Amino acid sequence: MNLSFTETDFFALKPVILLCLFGLGILLTDFLIRDTRYRWLNGVTALVSQGFVAFAVWQHHLHLSEAGRDLVALSGALVVDQFSIFFNWIFIVSTILAILISVRYLEHEGEHRGEYYALMLFAQAGMTILAQGMELITLFIGLELMALSFYVMVGFLRDDRRSNEAAIKYLLLGAFSSGLMVYGFSLFYGISGSTLLPEIARAVTERGSSDPILQLAMVTTSVGLLFKISAVPFHMWAPDVYEGAPTPVTAYVSVASKAASFALLLRIFLVPLADVSELWIPFLGMVALATMTIGNLAAVTQTNLKRLLAYSSISHAGYILLGLVAGNQTGLNGISVYLLVYLFMNFGVFAVITALRREGQAAEEVDDLSGLMGRHPGYAILMLIFMLALAGIPPTAGFYGKYFIFLGLLEAGQYVLAIFAALYVAVAAYYYFRIVKVMFLSDSQQPAQLVLSRGVTITAVVAGVLMLVIGLYPEPFIGLASDSIRLAMH
Amino acid sequence: MREHILSIVWLTPLVGMFLLFLIPKEKKELIRLVANLIGFAGFLVSLPLVFWFDMSTADFQFVERLDWIPTLGARYHLGLDGISLLLTMLTTVVGFLSILCSWSAIQERTKEYYAMFLLLQAGMLGVFFAVDVFLFYVFWEIMLVPMYFIIGIWGGTRRLYAAIKFFLYTLAGSVLMLLAILALYFKHIEQFGFASFALEDLMKVTNIPLEMQLWLFWGFFIAFAIKIPMFPFHTWLPDAHTEAPTAGSVILAGILLKMGLYGLVRFSIPLFPEAAVAESTVQIIAVLSIIGIIYGALVSLMQKDWKKLVAYSSVSHLGFCTLGLIALNPNGIAGGLLQGINHGISTPLLFLVVGIVYEQRHTREISEYGGLANRMPIYTVVFCIAMLASAGMPGLNGFIGEFTILRGAFEQNVYWAGFAALGIILGAAYLLWLFQRTMLGPITNPENEKLKDMNLREICVALPLVLWCFWIGLYPKPYFDILEKPVAKVVERVRPGYFARAGIPNPLDATIVRAELTAHGVAKP
Repeated sequence: MNLSFTETDFFALKPVILLCLFGLGILLTDFLIRDTRYRWLNGVTALVSQGFVAFAVWQHHLHLSEAGRDLVALSGALVVDQFSIFFNWIFIVSTILAILISVRYLEHEGEHRGEYYALMLFAQAGMTILAQGMELITLFIGLELMALSFYVMVGFLRDDRRSNEAAIKYLLLGAFSSGLMVYGFSLFYGISGSTLLPEIARAVTERGSSDPILQLAMVTTSVGLLFKISAVPFHMWAPDVYEGAPTPVTAYVSVASKAASFALLLRIFLVPLADVSELWIPFLGMVALATMTIGNLAAVTQTNLKRLLAYSSISHAGYILLGLVAGNQTGLNGISVYLLVYLFMNFGVFAVITALRREGQAAEEVDDLSGLMGRHPGYAILMLIFMLALAGIPPTAGFYGKYFIFLGLLEAGQYVLAIFAALYVAVAAYYYFRIVKVMFLSDSQQPAQLVLSRGVTITAVVAGVLMLVIGLYPEPFIGLASDSIRLAMH
Repeated sequence: MREHILSIVWLTPLVGMFLLFLIPKEKKELIRLVANLIGFAGFLVSLPLVFWFDMSTADFQFVERLDWIPTLGARYHLGLDGISLLLTMLTTVVGFLSILCSWSAIQERTKEYYAMFLLLQAGMLGVFFAVDVFLFYVFWEIMLVPMYFIIGIWGGTRRLYAAIKFFLYTLAGSVLMLLAILALYFKHIEQFGFASFALEDLMKVTNIPLEMQLWLFWGFFIAFAIKIPMFPFHTWLPDAHTEAPTAGSVILAGILLKMGLYGLVRFSIPLFPEAAVAESTVQIIAVLSIIGIIYGALVSLMQKDWKKLVAYSSVSHLGFCTLGLIALNPNGIAGGLLQGINHGISTPLLFLVVGIVYEQRHTREISEYGGLANRMPIYTVVFCIAMLASAGMPGLNGFIGEFTILRGAFEQNVYWAGFAALGIILGAAYLLWLFQRTMLGPITNPENEKLKDMNLREICVALPLVLWCFWIGLYPKPYFDILEKPVAKVVERVRPGYFARAGIPNPLDATIVRAELTAHGVAKP
């Protein structure tokens, strides 16, 4: 085996290297900023890093379209393909949006420290590895790098007990599920003698779906994966973490971490387990159905906005999983479209929540939004757009995610799942419209108050406009997202 | 101009909505004025449709076709035939009148109110124009949000409940329709190898087994049945109608309910002809319609709330319409559609009538009123005409529709016609009784002494509808002429050779068209 570090390896790793360097850089420069008023400079550094990373990913893209085939680096441990590039774009955009909505929030909470941005970049480095990894150990390192950063970020409000509780819960459950996943990894290694995904794929194909060890490996690995995407029955952490974490972190966890975890899940199911799909399609179908059911029904009764969105994000995970259950290209296109739309609509909602204040305190209850239309009509209309998008109602972009997922299911003949998924749209509309009702229909003595910053405004407006523009003219957008996830990825 | 007339018609209210946004919200009078002008402009731009419409063809006219989402095969594809022409005119007239009738009723958040109405208007027109199923679905969903706000913000005491109930019922139906659309779309790709949502392309699909056709038919049907609303999907309607502001009820009864009928004739029946003529389908829909007719009438008899009575009467009247449609013969379908139009004229009148006294008394209890005829002569005349039109009195529009439906139903099944006739009697009963309780006799409640008669604006709202009632009642021929060819097309689609077997000349036949034109001196023999 060739162990030297070549230029190709460097090229493939460039986004990760850049992110780590910038992260370390922020930790250093943070010492130089004595005056707390200038801490936002760290945010600027983090934004600059995204420019560099975006350039590196753009180079990946150029290389791919020139060479016409995937780039394999580090003896097969990393790849650069459409899939990784697509996910890297998602991570870059969500990191930028997360930084934009973080600055003012952290200042307000009195926790504006440089580590925050460094952790964000480290987490993103982990995600990038997840999107590019083709080898179990590498993937695991990426996963843990991401997860560890998030554990700290979730508990970043040191004086807030809910934040601390959320962090410790996340850490304990996360560690447990990682343990199970590693156990599954070890079984995969056991049956194939290799940690490279394509090698494992070969061994899996040889053994066939009836092999009990393979089944055990799949189930234990799935536990870890399903935990990360907050699928039922491993979703319990999500409401607590979403509620306790600083709101920008909640947004980041709900979008970037979920997308990265889906990247890992898709790699595992579409590379090593591609040939035993008869084994996991019914399994994932049941999980997806349960996830949509619990997510949607539990969201109905929530009064805390962040908890409500936690359950809504659980149900979205169920929908995205259905794209994989469909097992055809339409379903996979659905996943990429869905993830991309979900990125913007979720960040839009969380941007508004970040700015929401009541008597100077961060307000997080659904009722705190009451009378938003009277006070901030523009934001109320943006929120309406996000709610319609989350519910998947045209002419917003949210519709197209559901469109492809439904079509994929129908193509695969999964009629029952399709009907359930469709009817849950109506259930979801009920709780999203509770928010609409509060904003538009309720009169309030104390109308909702938004403390706006430029970052929040930009995020909300960009997201809202995109939701409408994509909804009305989705052609370029669909072209962008489709075929980034393919059935045969090795 | 002529080739883009449909776009102009549906975009006028939408552009008007954006114009309204430019006016500061404090200038309420200006907002009212501009909104009314836009509403009137919306009516004016739709007038050329009537003059330019060519009755000699069953095809879509004024067609516009642009690529919209090529990867999905969805197009911006509009077209108009006789069925949609009538509904379009109904929409632009009733839409304008409903804006006009809100002048004094809406004092709060006027700008948002009119903006929502104009958005709703655009959505409704889009629904009637779209001949691309994807585009149709998008318009169908766009209407939901403004109607939700109209009920939810400006409605009565239980408005929040009524608004969300309306929203969720309709949404649940439409997502099932979406699944049916997607399944059909996929079958089309399977058979022809390219993606298209065009109605004409989807009608060519032949590779669907009957069982699946039935499933898809019901998928569409549930969405439309909820909108119509048919028994047992009607429970949202009394709430929504009762709680909505007067103009909201007018639009809801006048146009939104017609979308269900339109959907059945335009999509469900022609897309799945075998499923539509299947014995089980016909029986189920006929039975549901008859239950709707009788049940709606009986419940109306029992109502203490004036507006709720009118709401339940809609369930009964639309039962007639669906019964006519499912008879699947020219009389039934044309009668069902025409009765839809009639209902869209007379029921708004009834709601306007309730609205006028409600604005002054703020109660809808029938027992609160009585003897109003003594104080309000013009009002009494309008109410009387609306009531008689609704009850199906000869000389007014309701009679024509009901009579045609009965002919169609009789041809199909004698018992259907029998039950429907019973429904007419019950209909006359609850309407006349309502009139008697509210209008006739001495004034018993002193509060009613202060009631004012209709003012000029209210008369202006009611007069066009009253005249329309008489027009259809006395001279319905133009309406049947407009409907004849598109209806014949639907009948030929579900029952090929119907006209030949029945020994009736087929209106679609080229020679007949030619003969007619000759008779009118348009073409040379």
